[in-house]
Amino acid sequence: MEFAFTEEQEMIRDTAASFLAEVSDSAAVRRAMGTEQGYEPELWGRICSEMYWQAIHIPEAYGGMGLGYVELVAMMEQMGRSLLCSPFFSTVCLAGNTLRVAGSEAQQAHWLAQLCEGTLTATLAFNGGSSRWDAESITATWRHEGDGYMLDGDYRYVIDGHTADLLIVAARAEGTTDDEGISLFLLPAATSGVSRQWLATMDQARKQAAVQLNGVSLTADALMGEPGQGWTSLSKIIDLATIALAAEQVGGCQQLLDMTVAYTSERVQFNRTIASYQAVKHKAADMMLQTEVARSAIYYAACVAQEALEGGPLAGELREAASVAKSYCSDAYFAVAGDALQLFGGVGFTWEYDVHLYFKRAKSSEHLLGNGVFHRERLARMLLDKGEES
Amino acid sequence: MKLSFSPEDEQFRQEIASWLQVNLTGEFEKLRFRGGPGDEHTFPEERKVWEQKLAEGGWTCVGWSKEYGGRGCSIEQQVIFFEEYARAGAPGRVGHIGEGLAGPTVIAFGTQEQKKKYLPGIVAGTELWCQGYSEPSAGSDLANVKTKARFDEEHNKWIINGQKVWTSLAHESDYCFVIARTDPDSLAHRGLGFFLIKMDQPGIEVRPIEQITGTSEFNEVFFDEAQCEADDIVGAPGEGWKVAMGLLGFERGVSTLGQQMQFQNELDEVIRVAKSNGAAQDPAIRQRIAQTHAELKIMRYNSMRILSGQSGSDGGLQKEALIYKLFWSTWHRSLGELAMDVLGPECEILEDAPYGLSRLQSMYLFVRADTIYGGTNQIQRNIIAERGLGMPKEPKGAVK
Repeated sequence: MEFAFTEEQEMIRDTAASFLAEVSDSAAVRRAMGTEQGYEPELWGRICSEMYWQAIHIPEAYGGMGLGYVELVAMMEQMGRSLLCSPFFSTVCLAGNTLRVAGSEAQQAHWLAQLCEGTLTATLAFNGGSSRWDAESITATWRHEGDGYMLDGDYRYVIDGHTADLLIVAARAEGTTDDEGISLFLLPAATSGVSRQWLATMDQARKQAAVQLNGVSLTADALMGEPGQGWTSLSKIIDLATIALAAEQVGGCQQLLDMTVAYTSERVQFNRTIASYQAVKHKAADMMLQTEVARSAIYYAACVAQEALEGGPLAGELREAASVAKSYCSDAYFAVAGDALQLFGGVGFTWEYDVHLYFKRAKSSEHLLGNGVFHRERLARMLLDKGEES
Repeated sequence: MKLSFSPEDEQFRQEIASWLQVNLTGEFEKLRFRGGPGDEHTFPEERKVWEQKLAEGGWTCVGWSKEYGGRGCSIEQQVIFFEEYARAGAPGRVGHIGEGLAGPTVIAFGTQEQKKKYLPGIVAGTELWCQGYSEPSAGSDLANVKTKARFDEEHNKWIINGQKVWTSLAHESDYCFVIARTDPDSLAHRGLGFFLIKMDQPGIEVRPIEQITGTSEFNEVFFDEAQCEADDIVGAPGEGWKVAMGLLGFERGVSTLGQQMQFQNELDEVIRVAKSNGAAQDPAIRQRIAQTHAELKIMRYNSMRILSGQSGSDGGLQKEALIYKLFWSTWHRSLGELAMDVLGPECEILEDAPYGLSRLQSMYLFVRADTIYGGTNQIQRNIIAERGLGMPKEPKGAVK
């Protein structure tokens, strides 16, 4: 047991932090979030060519760096701090994990190589418009057609869905329910029958899209895994992505805490800095508590995710770890953001100060991949319902 | 970063688990899950015998170095020991203040003579300790100690006068470590001494405090010309605060992992009740149970971060350690409330008249102490803001 970053992991984290401080400051975030694309291709190009982050946890055999999930989580934490506008989460945490978990040898070799080269952005679409981010949310359908497949249906909340080069989509066999009949398909965005609309969002720093499939015809090699047997993989993929998203939330908490301490230490009222008031200090202390507890949750979840990908005794805890981390981090981020906004007072309410960017991210990331209530109910089922069956 | 234990450590886990399985039987069977915080008053004599049984097996002071009679366990093995101990439901340790606080202080700050005199009794489980810190006017303001120590040249002894309060296990203890003012003109943390005092003497009176639970594990201790040998001051007169603060550092040790296993036992009981009375079907209760479970899970990994020494390279307490007391105490208080809400109206009904509380009822009431002792939640927030975030210190008052 060694529950601390190694020197190498600390170096990766610190390098990421200083690079992001330079390239993803407030002005850069505001430039990117004002566009429909949602990121600056020049910066994404630098990340892919100079930093090689897109390849961080992809095995070396496919051109990746071969690092682990702990490194990925450390990276996501830093991206959350700076609100980096990039297709990293969609390409690496959603699509990258999907290819790693569900891709055949040939599919991984083909797509992961392009992903690592930085020439491919990608995303994962499965939710048809539900607050329940599980198998029930999949409404799109597939059926056999000749040697291939025919897909129809709608997706919402698809991260970077309007810009990604490759869509990986989940669909269910017509007439199936729950986790039966689900398959994953590789779908280049330019395929005939695919239409995509950017959805304007309150949190402008992360872009969402709606995707419609109208009689999309795919060849047999587009299928990932066995037909109709995709839920086990997809469930694992969603859990992995959920852990990465929770790490981003922790970064946001830390940034808000630092901003709040700095601001309240400068702001003077009644001839004292407002940081000297106990009412302010105690709120800041609660923010720090939530931030540190959230961080402990994601480091634990990162260790579990690593074993879920590479094998190990903790692999079976993935579902629980994802729900523990996402439920705590979602609520912590929103609470910390709300407290920050309050402690900034009037200026926190302005467009000019950055607090609202984090306040909005806190809410958008809370509902992405399941909010606290959803994940606690998942935990409740594990804790309270299993025993009754036996 | 790695969570798994090595095969050697898992072997160690087997060793302690099977020792407990063999030995926590017969006369000790009834001690299972008893004697923890809130339940210290139960089976004191039997638990003293159990302490010596542990010592025979070499299971006291497992984290102390072998030089002082300990087992010399690594951090990982200590974690495992406390986990397995709590998992087996082994009873609250009557020796924990000696093992966790008095002993480490003597090892860190004591003389060779003090080590020889006091450590063997702690290791053997034959000499029990209590802690004399708080006073009626020294609660959150711990340094406002009024108890006085004057040196009697003629008899070559320290003479102690004053009152301590909230002293757990005082009536069972052989010794008490006490902070007292050696310089009568001093204020606050200056001019204090740290004394090791024998409890069985005419100048000491122990009076139990009847608590919210109707039971008594805390006491008042009155010192009226009580005597302390000249050699039984740790550090020099005037250095008592430094020694006392060093000791507070020991309180955040690996035993927190064992405490969490006790929390897990309590939560398991709440879940058992919820499943049996139908509360587990209530959506609001389900949310609260899940949240309680999630936070306990995180608490464990927060402790592992503390033990792995992730940060704190500036010599200060790591951030995850600074927030720990506030986190667990608040969590535990919520668990108590959850337990009553799971029981519903049945939570009111006692096991026996006149005031025989069940384990959950007792827990629900006793957890109200958790957010008060060892630094209240309000003091904890001051400490977090000031030391963790560098915010301004509270102004000192001027009331005479």
